[in-house]
Formats: sequence, structure tokens, C-alpha cells
Amino acid sequence: MDGASVSVQGLGKRYGAVRAVKALGIEVRSGEFLSLLGPSGSGKTTLLMMIAGFEMPTEGAIRIGDRDVTYVAPNRRNIGMVFQRYALFPHMTVADNVAFPLRMRKVVKAEIARRVADALALVQLQDFGKRLPSELSGGQQQRVAVARALVFEPPVLLMDEPLGALDKKLREQMQIEIKRLQRRLGVTVIYVTHDQEEALTMSDRIAVMRNGSLEQIGSPIALYDNPATPFVADFVGKTNFLEAVCHSCNGTGLEFGLGQSGFIHLKECPPTLPSPPRPGDKIRLAVRPEQIRILRLGDSDRPPLNGVVEAIIFVGSFRTFLVRLAGGELVHVQAGTDHGMAYPQEGERVGLTIPSQAVQVFPDRRQ
Amino acid sequence: MHAKPSAEGSLGSRPTSAREYGPVLSLLLVSPLVLLLVGGFLYPVGKLFWGSIFVPEASFANYARILQEPLFLLVLRRTFEIGFVVTALALLLGYPVALAMARVPGRAAILIAACVLIPLWTSVLVRSYAWIVLLQRNGVVNNALIETGLTDTPLRLLYTQGAVIAAMTQVLLPFMILPIYSVVRNIPDDLVRAARNLGAGSLLAFVRVTLPLSLPGVTAGVLITFILSLGFYITPALVGGPSTLMMSTLIGQQTTELLDWPFAGALAAILLLATLLLVIVFRRTLAFNKGFKLG
Amino acid sequence: MANADLVLSERAVRGKGHIVNSAAAFLAALAIGLILFFLLLPTLIVIPMSIGTSPYIEFPPRGLTFKWYEAYFSDPDWMAATWFSVRIAVATTMSATVIGTLAAVALVRGRLPGKEFLQAFTLAPLIVPHIVIAVALYLVFAPLGLTGSFYGFVIAHSMLAVPYVVITVSAALQRFDQNLELAALNCGATRLQAFLHVVLPNIRPGVAAGAVFAFLASFDEATVAFFISGIEGKTITRKMFEDIDFNLTPVIAAVSTVLTLVSLVLMSSIEIARQRSGNGRLG
Repeated sequence: MDGASVSVQGLGKRYGAVRAVKALGIEVRSGEFLSLLGPSGSGKTTLLMMIAGFEMPTEGAIRIGDRDVTYVAPNRRNIGMVFQRYALFPHMTVADNVAFPLRMRKVVKAEIARRVADALALVQLQDFGKRLPSELSGGQQQRVAVARALVFEPPVLLMDEPLGALDKKLREQMQIEIKRLQRRLGVTVIYVTHDQEEALTMSDRIAVMRNGSLEQIGSPIALYDNPATPFVADFVGKTNFLEAVCHSCNGTGLEFGLGQSGFIHLKECPPTLPSPPRPGDKIRLAVRPEQIRILRLGDSDRPPLNGVVEAIIFVGSFRTFLVRLAGGELVHVQAGTDHGMAYPQEGERVGLTIPSQAVQVFPDRRQ
Repeated sequence: MHAKPSAEGSLGSRPTSAREYGPVLSLLLVSPLVLLLVGGFLYPVGKLFWGSIFVPEASFANYARILQEPLFLLVLRRTFEIGFVVTALALLLGYPVALAMARVPGRAAILIAACVLIPLWTSVLVRSYAWIVLLQRNGVVNNALIETGLTDTPLRLLYTQGAVIAAMTQVLLPFMILPIYSVVRNIPDDLVRAARNLGAGSLLAFVRVTLPLSLPGVTAGVLITFILSLGFYITPALVGGPSTLMMSTLIGQQTTELLDWPFAGALAAILLLATLLLVIVFRRTLAFNKGFKLG
Repeated sequence: MANADLVLSERAVRGKGHIVNSAAAFLAALAIGLILFFLLLPTLIVIPMSIGTSPYIEFPPRGLTFKWYEAYFSDPDWMAATWFSVRIAVATTMSATVIGTLAAVALVRGRLPGKEFLQAFTLAPLIVPHIVIAVALYLVFAPLGLTGSFYGFVIAHSMLAVPYVVITVSAALQRFDQNLELAALNCGATRLQAFLHVVLPNIRPGVAAGAVFAFLASFDEATVAFFISGIEGKTITRKMFEDIDFNLTPVIAAVSTVLTLVSLVLMSSIEIARQRSGNGRLG
């Protein structure tokens, strides 16, 4: 089966006075794994429901391949869907669940049996056909849901937080399984999640949504390294925000003052800013915790940025230092566990260095 | 079922969500019920009330008659009196049972529940008949009284107000017990235990914690029992006599024996008005539409 | 009941261990036992009475006999009334279940103008005193020749029974996970197919409970039946009513026992089904 492209143009959904989705445009390429990422209430699920045909948009259009499906009934869209808590039919066996889409399509009996067997084999549940969904574990139910959604070979598969009900370990295993399946079948997947880690792991591209609008769309790396807005920087991965004032901007780079805490120097003006900041402009800086380097200080050292270690959190493969700057800001610094290294202790004064390219600069607008 | 067209949007206005059925389809689905209720309920009841005012000519004479004749006023008063007494007795007897049913563990609770539910499920007619058997001249109660030597001659128990009250209390008791039970059951055990840990004796814990928290169930039970007792027909008709005429039996008498439809209509209107007034004033407590709004 | 007493007092003893407490608990248990006896006695007394030999009502019965049941089953009048009631109850069950289920779907899931009002209206036959409905129906049915008629009864009893169906099916629909229906649509089912293949099988316990309530609402109904019965078309309850007034024999006890058993078997079956389906609630 081949994936189809999905094109969402100027799509809007209004519930009374509330605009759940606002003039949204997204082009999903055929065979792509696209995640819709956002907090609850961001409109990602509403968007998915409109693509599935469960909610009718108040404006805009949806196309699958070259077919306009905006107002097509859900049963005529030929889209597979995996629901949040699987929505397996509890009164039917696993095999009957998987056969259901084929029965509705009036596929002949022998053909149904063959394709159900294939679909169950695809998700490694060959021997479970006669069981009821309630007799399966959460992970197995999830796989039945995937089999049911794929058995009629839809060009597009929608997934609505399909792994939300599973524990962490099983979730990670299923992420890999789903991704492998999608690659193998070439089906276009639109995947709703509020879990940024999941989105980063699985997606070809991620569309970050907020308040019914598209905040940024791009590859996981692009989103992580070059977030377009402070919201994306905050939602995708962890970020330190620092309020700063531009001190100088000239040929030797930019300097941002952090009040009593010190200053940060950048070699060149970041390309994401529409115009270079002028001295006196208020600026928001975003820095990933793992990009900051922590230095133990001698008594005489006076680094541009320094603070006191308030707490150390050990998380196995790395540890996080909470450093209170002189101006009062709390900065998270993440360092890999290296047994040869002497880490600073709680209460110790430390210096922080930040590479130029690690700093994201946003104009200061209250977000 | 003509449910199909909705999803296709060919019937009426296009639904905005597949989660709900469009207005045209919904109207179609509900129309047999509306037809049944209008034809089998609204029209007959309306006609009865219409007749009470406009037959033979428009006047409130029938209503005036109820208020003027002492007999009818007496019946009205007796209906409410019996209603009050039955409700009070049912509360007195029902509350401990509801409490036990909610608090007693395991098997015993099921046993109590069965004792409450079996009468509820049994025909009112059968239970009223049983009261006749119990209370008649040579009935079970009189035989027992004579055998134990408490009386020499059989007492006249049947067709008295006492018989009506006893029988109605028994018939309506489950309607008092179940609402109280469903509230008491949801009072967390911890609360009572906490009160007792804080030094309250079991009686004080009951007065301070269980009793106030069970009040919603009590009001619901009291209202349901009272409303049902006002309109009860079978039991007073069988167990009661002329001296225990109530609104319902009076209505029956006026229609079957005297064929005075307009007057029966006026009586029915007053009975219905009293019922509806209670229901509307206390509709929150009664939560009649529980089935529609779960959780 | 002895069992209940025992557990009650046991619990009190465990609670504090005071003698005063256990004595109070014993008295409480005794009181509750007496109340339950008061509840149960008039319900079940008909059973021993129906198998007593004496032609007068007698308790406890002196000898055992089934002659009252024979009298009941061989009396053409009783049999006619019984079959009339059964036919009405079956037809009422079917019509009330279908009408009530369709309406519940619309009332729970539909976009309807005046939905709240319709929900309240649906429940009206439960609230309005049956004597009012009975007299009103007689007034309308008599000139139309619908008294004592099968169809008149089916209309009247369907109206009385349909609220029970609406309530039970509505509750089942509220519990039903709507995503299952969306999943069926997504799988290519039409609305009708989704309803028949997915919604209906999952709300079946609610529909079945509603049907049982509807059957009993008709079969045990006495007030309306008393007024709209005719000389020919007479329900078992109307016949009982007449015989209690004019001809009090143990045959009535036999009939009562049959009625009671029908009610108890049907109601316990749905109660057991409800307990089994996991949302066990008494009452």
C-alpha cells in the first residue's frame, strides 16, 4: 500500500464563540510520519477528528491525495484510525474486530480470513484471533487496534495518543514497532501526542500546535535546535529562559546583559531574528541545559556568568545542577555522568559558559 | 431504524459532529414516543381537565363544590393526613433498614437488600390482597390475637384507617429505603471512623456525621413516598372502606358509580396539581432525570 | 434474618467490645429484623395460603393441596384473563422497547430542540397518579370502543411502560463509550450499521432490563386495567380485583403466587445480569 498526501488548507473549527482550530494549513507528504504535538486544548485532537470526519470544519478544506474530503462522511474516507484507548469492540473477538472494516466493505469471506490472518501476523498476534479484547494486555489491545486500522490498507493512518495508556517501557517498545511498521508499509501517519519525547523519537516532521494554531512545523532536529518561538523552545525539550537587555551590537558580536547576574556574549547576530537588536532592546534568551558548561571556580576567578549550585538531581545517565545566578534566576545545567570528573558540590560557587550557537534569541514579547 | 442517512448528510441539515445525531433524524427517532405520549397521555388527561371546566358550560362550579362540601374537604384533608402519617412511619421504619443495608458487610447486606427488593418487585395488588387476608375478621392477625388470649371476639381491623395506613406503609416502604440507602452507601466509612477516632461515641458520630450527610436521601425518600401516597389507588380501594375515602378512591367512585365526569375531572386536576407542585418545587432533590445525566 | 442479626452484633462487638454496645446492637438488629418481617410477610404469605386445604383463608394452612392451582388453571374465565394479560404484556414489551430505545437514542445523542422538556415529558407517566391517567383513558376509550380491547390496552400500557425503557436505555447509552461508534464509522460502517453491529450489542443489557420492566409494568398493572377493562376483555389484575371484592377464595392466593413468581424470576434475572455485568447496584 502506498501513502497518500494529506493537505489541510485554511481549516477552522468553531464551537460557539470558541475557536478550537484557527485557519490551519498543513501539507503532509505521502508516506510521511507527522506528529501533531501540543498541550491539551491546543486543537491537535480536533484537527485529527476533522481529518477523520468525526467533526465537520466551519471553514477550510481537507484533501487526501487529490480527493476533497472536507464534507465526506467518516465511513467513506478510507482512513485508518487508532483511538486513544483503542476503541476495540468488546463484544467481538480479536479476529472479528480486525475483520470488521472488511465486512463493511463487503469483501468476500475467504479473502477476509486471509487478510485478517495477514494483519494479525503483521502485529505478531497470529494466535490471538479467537480471544476477546478484554482477555488481552494493554499492549496487545493496542496492536489489535493497529491491525484493525491497517487491514483495509488505507493510504492514511491517524493515531490519537495511541500509547498514552501504556507504561513507559512498553510505550518505548511500541514506538519502535509502530515506526518500523509505518516504514515497511509506506502509509502516511498523522500522530497526535502531547509527549514531546515520543514525537521527537518517531516523527519525520513535527507540527507544534498551540491555541488552535500552528506554532512551527519541521523535523525534530530543526525544532530542537532552532525553535521558532519561545513556546516551541519550551515545549520541545527542556530550556532555560533568561530575560536580557542588549548592551551592544557591532562587528565584534552582540552582548546581552543579565542585570546582576552578568552578561552573555554572542559572536554574531542569530539568523532567526528579523532584525538585529539595538542597544537597550529587551530580549529573551533560550539555552538548552545540556549546552551550558559548568566550571568550578578558584577564589579569584570572575567569569561573566556565575552562580551558586542550589541542588543536584541525579537522573542516571546524567545529572542536573540547579544554579542560582547572582540576579536570582535559576538555571538548569545538565552534565553527562563522567566518573573521572570532580563535580561541584551543593552550595559551591560555579561559573557557566555558553557557546554562541547554543543561544536562541527572541524578541521579548510576553508569551 | 432509519439511522443511516445522517452520516451521509442527506437528511436535513448536515451534522457538525459524528458524535451526535442531526435534528431531523433525532426528531424522527423520538416521534413515536411523542405520538404515544400525546395520544395516550396528554390528550386524555387534557380532555378530563377540559371537561371539569367546560362541561356542560364554562364554569368553576366543580371546583367550588369541592371547597364547599364538607365531605370533599374532609377527603382532601384525609388524603394529606394519611400521606403524612404513612411517610412518617415509612421514614421511621425505613431509615434503620437503609442504614443497616449500607453499613452491614457482605452477605447480610444482600439479605437485607433482598427483603427490600422482593416486595418492591411484587405486584401492589398481590400485597394489598395479602393485607386483606391478614386483617379480615377470621384473618391471620385476629386468629393470633384470639389464640394468645388478647381478645375474645375478633376485632374489626379491615376497612379502617389503620389498615390503610399499615398496608400503604408496607407497600411504599422500599421507596423510602432505597433513596436513603443510595446516599448513605456513598458516605465514606472513613468519615465515621475519623469522627470516632476524634473521640465521638458511636451515637455522637451518627448524629454529627451520618445523619446530616444522609439528609439528601431522606428528603428524596420522603418526597417520593409522600407523592406516591397522595395518588395511591389500589391499596385504599381494597383495604379501605367508605370511612377511609381518599382523593384517588373518591375519583374512582365518582366515575364508576356516579358517572360524574366533570367532577371527577376537577378532583383529578387538584390531585395532579398537588403532585406536580411537589415535583416542580423539589425537582432538584428528586433528580427524576438521573437516567439522562449520569455522573 | 438471623444471619443479619448475628453479623450486626458481631460487628459492634469487634468495634468497641463494650457490653452496652453489643446489647444496643442486638436491639437494633432485632428491630431491623422485625421491620424486614413486616416488609416480607404480606409479600410472601400468599404462597403458603395458596397450598392450604381449607376453603377459607387460613394461616398457617392445615393440609397441603394443589387444588386451588387446578381451579385456577381449569377456570376458563381465569385463563381468558391470564392470556389476555400475557398477550397485552408481550405486545407492550415489544412496542415500549422499540419506541423507548429509539427515543432514548435521540434524547441522549441527538441534537433536539427542547430536549430538556422532552426528557421531563417522557417521565410524566411515572409521576402523574395512575388514577388520573386511568380515569382520563376511560373517558377517551369508552366512546371509541377501546375499553376491554387489546389495542386500547397496548396503547395505555405502552405509555405507562415506555419511561422505564427510556431510563434504562439512556443510562446504558451514557455508559457506552462513544469512541466505539466512531471507530465503527471509521471502519466504513454507515450510521445504521454502526448502531446495529456496535451500539446495540453494547447497550443490550440496558435494553433487556427496560424490556423486563415494561413487561412487568403491563402485567402487574392494576389501576388503569381496572378502569379500561370490559366484560369480555379483562386482565388478570382486573379479574383479581373483582374476585377479591366478591368471592374471596384461595384461588386468588394461587393466582397471586403465580404473579409473584413471574415478577421475582424476571426481576432477579435482570438484577443478576446487572451484578454480573460489573455495575452492580441494588434497586
